Amino acid sequence: MAEPRLAAASGAMGGRVDLTRTPSARSRFEGAIRAGLIGAACISVLTTLAIVGSLIVETVQFFGEVPIADFLFGTRWAPTFAESQQSFGVLPLVWGTVFVSLIALAVAVPLGLLSAIYLAEYAPQRVRKVVKPVLEVLAGVPTIVFGYFALTYFTPEVLRGVLGIEVGIFNALSAGLIMGLLVLPTIASVAEDAMSAVPASLREGAFGLGASKLQVSLRIVFPAALSGIVAALILGASRAVGETVLVLVAGGQIPSLSIDPTESHQTMAAFVAAISRGDISTGSIEYLTIFAVGFTLLVITLVLNIASIRLVRKYRQVYE
Amino acid sequence: MTGAQIAASVIPKRSGRDAAAEAGFRGTMYGAVGIAFLGLAVLIWDFTSDGASVVSWDFLTSFPSRIIPESSGVQSALVGTVYLMAICAVLVVPLGVATAVYLEEYADEGRWYNRLIEVNIQNLASVPSVVYGILGLAFIVRGPLGMGPVLLAGGITLALLVLPVVIIVAREAIRAVPPSIREGSLALGATQWQTIWKQVLPGSIAGISTGVILALSRAIGETAPLLVIGAAVSPRFNPEGLDSAFTALPIQIFAWTQDPNQEFVARAAGAICVLMVILLAMNSVAIWLRNRYEQKW
Repeated sequence: MAEPRLAAASGAMGGRVDLTRTPSARSRFEGAIRAGLIGAACISVLTTLAIVGSLIVETVQFFGEVPIADFLFGTRWAPTFAESQQSFGVLPLVWGTVFVSLIALAVAVPLGLLSAIYLAEYAPQRVRKVVKPVLEVLAGVPTIVFGYFALTYFTPEVLRGVLGIEVGIFNALSAGLIMGLLVLPTIASVAEDAMSAVPASLREGAFGLGASKLQVSLRIVFPAALSGIVAALILGASRAVGETVLVLVAGGQIPSLSIDPTESHQTMAAFVAAISRGDISTGSIEYLTIFAVGFTLLVITLVLNIASIRLVRKYRQVYE
Repeated sequence: MTGAQIAASVIPKRSGRDAAAEAGFRGTMYGAVGIAFLGLAVLIWDFTSDGASVVSWDFLTSFPSRIIPESSGVQSALVGTVYLMAICAVLVVPLGVATAVYLEEYADEGRWYNRLIEVNIQNLASVPSVVYGILGLAFIVRGPLGMGPVLLAGGITLALLVLPVVIIVAREAIRAVPPSIREGSLALGATQWQTIWKQVLPGSIAGISTGVILALSRAIGETAPLLVIGAAVSPRFNPEGLDSAFTALPIQIFAWTQDPNQEFVARAAGAICVLMVILLAMNSVAIWLRNRYEQKW
């Protein structure tokens, strides 16, 4: 903290006496602490700069060798092939990411929101007290566990066995459905928080006017909590888009534009993890693809995140 | 007649259609909750039934073998995970808490740079973990720091990954300490730092440590960033220092899951059981801490 500089005229002698205090040891210590704290806060900004910086430098280098249009609009992704066969169209990876995420959200959004409504509006207090922490623990189960489950149980036993669908060992359907299960606790938990935050007076007012439980839940609480619910959905979508190891294990590693969910699809994140495992040499074109794809992925998740912040701000209802 | 009875007589009786809609919605909702919990229960049952028989003292203390599944264990992965957790904690606790203290106690929200830090942390929390792996690869393993795929590089990468989580949770804990505590301390002549050190931090320590434990449990479950920076696969040695090659439980699980030999896949289930027991223990400690030391103001 800066010491206030005071200089006042002293009356008796008519001369000027400088009353500026020299900083005491104590205030110097306080200043040092403050500087240290600012330094710590700057680490997080430096992290962002390092992420963006490393991605941009290598991505620019990548576009020095591959034209941007070929990357963005090309329909074949084959960066590891021999030189004459190489192709750098990112669309199959983007499609794989969108496709698997859509399957996941098709499961997680209805199940997650219905679970959230149940917990916030219908469940007895005893049930809520148990289920809520369980959901939070489930949201923290490592994704490799879901990958193991999808590959060794869900694909062979449920999809092929019980449902009798002809799927490959690696397929988008299994990866997507299990990813739905992975995202579900996150959506349910965040949406439930939003609905529980709606003040009881709104519900009581609606009940007083003769509304049924169903009407209160769907027409009063749900719209009132909309901003938080939208945030929960986007959070879920952004987890799905960035999910790596589940798709790597269960979704396979073949980039594809096919709309057949029983086939293998590779996603952007899974590609990055798959290719960087080997000892690829720094600066080679395979090495550079990591950054071009990673940058694309980062841009997509940032757009989702910014959209979520905007929507929340726009639709936020403030209750006293 | 009491007011309530009058009200009851005035409110229209619900029609049969309303009742049917209500019943239908309840049915759908119970179905959804049922499917959700059934799916998650089957998931847990699957790895427990596959893996429980694999876990033994030998499994915990043997090194992974590439040839003989029965004598293949998780010692190097377990030791690697414990080391990673320690490095991560050493880095993330001071950095995360200091940032949170700065943002809550010092920062003037009107300044652009403070808002920048805040928006930045929000966005960092949403960056996919594989991108942190790319950062680790380009900045720590190769590039400027050039450490190679060593234990310290893995620890730093994971620390950066969970730093935003720790900051966010620590801020909430600090914010929960009422202003009157600070004002009382300042009025008695304490400096701002003395107030923070002697009043605010002790008052928020339960919330902060709960957050740190949950963040660490997230860190040790991460596979993608460690895959990208190039953690060793099935090493038959423990890491000897910060500059030693390493592996971790999720990487070992990944490697065994990919193995064509079914007996190795069963080892993956065993390793999942070990990892889940560690995570459950950490979560229980976090919940216990929260309940035991939570301050009521």
